[in-house]
Amino acid sequence: MKLRTRFLRDRLMLAGLGLLTAVVVVPLFIIIFYVVANGFSALDANFFTQELGSPARAMQGKPTGLVASIVGTLLIDLAALAMALPFGIGTGVMMSEYREHPFAPIARLMVSTLNGMPAVLMGLTAYALVVKNTGGFSGMAGSVALAFVMVPIIARTTESVLTVTPWALREAGLSLGLPRWKVTLSLVLPAARTGIITGVLIAFARAAGEAAPLLLTSFGNNFLSFDLSKPMDSLPQRLYSLAISPYKQWHALGWGGAIILLLFVILTFFIGRVAVARLEKRMKG
Amino acid sequence: MGPAQKSAAAALPRAFRGPGDRVFKYAIVGLSSAVVALALVMAVVIYIEARPTFKAFGYLSFLTETTWDPVKSIHGALPFIIGTFVTSFAALALAAIPAIAVAIFTSEYAPKWLAAVINYTVDLLAAIPSVVVGLWAIFNFAPLMRDAVYMPIYLWAEASAPWLATMLGAPSTFNMTTGTIVLALMIVPYTVALSRDAIGQVPRDQREAMWALGATKWEVIRQAVIPYARTGIAAGVLLSLARALGETMALAMLIGNSNRLPFTLFGPAATMPSLIINEFREAVEPLHYSSIMAVGFYLFIITIGINLVTSFVQRKLYMGRGMV
Repeated sequence: MKLRTRFLRDRLMLAGLGLLTAVVVVPLFIIIFYVVANGFSALDANFFTQELGSPARAMQGKPTGLVASIVGTLLIDLAALAMALPFGIGTGVMMSEYREHPFAPIARLMVSTLNGMPAVLMGLTAYALVVKNTGGFSGMAGSVALAFVMVPIIARTTESVLTVTPWALREAGLSLGLPRWKVTLSLVLPAARTGIITGVLIAFARAAGEAAPLLLTSFGNNFLSFDLSKPMDSLPQRLYSLAISPYKQWHALGWGGAIILLLFVILTFFIGRVAVARLEKRMKG
Repeated sequence: MGPAQKSAAAALPRAFRGPGDRVFKYAIVGLSSAVVALALVMAVVIYIEARPTFKAFGYLSFLTETTWDPVKSIHGALPFIIGTFVTSFAALALAAIPAIAVAIFTSEYAPKWLAAVINYTVDLLAAIPSVVVGLWAIFNFAPLMRDAVYMPIYLWAEASAPWLATMLGAPSTFNMTTGTIVLALMIVPYTVALSRDAIGQVPRDQREAMWALGATKWEVIRQAVIPYARTGIAAGVLLSLARALGETMALAMLIGNSNRLPFTLFGPAATMPSLIINEFREAVEPLHYSSIMAVGFYLFIITIGINLVTSFVQRKLYMGRGMV
């Protein structure tokens, strides 16, 4: 093959790969552009202070907003995080610090299985376990479903962060005569703090965007509620209901809600990423 | 505990002999066994809820029955299984090449700053909740595609190739093709991330040997990078397939929800997750409810199957390199 053909082929492949990359990246900006362009006008004071109410309320031009969904999202997600944290981190510690324990490989297999499970199945499980046994849809059932989503992600990132924590740290602790639990709790976990927080934030962001499990468990509520034992609204599930509703006014609210949900998820995600960058810098330095 | 160990423990200073280690270990084992139990409980609970359906229709005939009619209490999962597999494989076919291209472009060609920007963008795409993508597609993408793409194609086919027209079906706003394209968009970030990891594992020596022979960049990629990363990329594509099979909201919003076979390219269809979302809240009949659970049970089985195949591929990959 001539040198010139080889050179041309190289340039051609570069052009092709660049083009395909653009095809993947551009839709992201299109989506963000449309969401912001359509939703920005919906974000007024009413949006953050008023309840959604019945469709008639929006049709008559009365003030409506998504305060119920925003409050509900925060309550459900934080309750889910509180439930998921000990199990997620505990399992991560199991897989990394007790790898000689016969239980560790089983835990690893189950965590990777759960990681690949569609969230809608977490919703079905939480429905059968919580909703059926407590007599109705509730915010708490939604939290349980989201905790199911979070646990495997937290466990896996905790494991991988603990694994890259230097073994010398543990050896130093053990050589001082510290018991293993103290080495884990006061040396290994604090050293891996940043990475664990990142994993937790990523899990939180993933779960915060999930609508499917919430549709089956917390159901939704057009009115503001602080009671986790009753049906409760949340942004992802409300966005779905607004988008498939026939009312123009609700579509506008939906676009506004999409901005808030995007901001919420992306901010959480970016705080996580920045923490990763800082961690990597410190490990290199 | 043997006598030798016992005396060794007794030799320890009192402060280090405490029950701390044992208590901590029990706590950790307890917490992680709850997670292990969760995976088993999921399978058992969904199976128990689905049992009336299996009793009424049988395990296999539920899978092969084509009618889903809650009013007449006939339930078969075949339409949804077909819908799930067709959309997932088509989306994977659409997504795989561009995704691998992004991974190659960022790791081999692009300057560092550009690669960082692209990687951030793709990770961001993964972070966008699928309801938001669904919302955008409902109001912008789906109507646009119907008017600008499906309608002209269908009208042309009707006039000059009637056999094609029946395959395409009359274009509806929410249909299988739109759902598949959006599904492809949703799985691209996973395929990119996993292919990127696989390419990142290719040792520098491998490339340098190729450079030393005077190869162009593309020849390095073609003959040194891709052969080495092939298995890893394959595992990544399989994992993306598992994602696609389970992707719920975007499809539930865009596929049009038709339970009746045959599905056409431009007509409405349904998948297993979209059925669960669209009918679960309205399922009052016990048999309807348990049939939706049965669909969930099969979705569970399919996902586990793909996960097992993937971990098999990955293990082969690691053993092949002596990395275990």
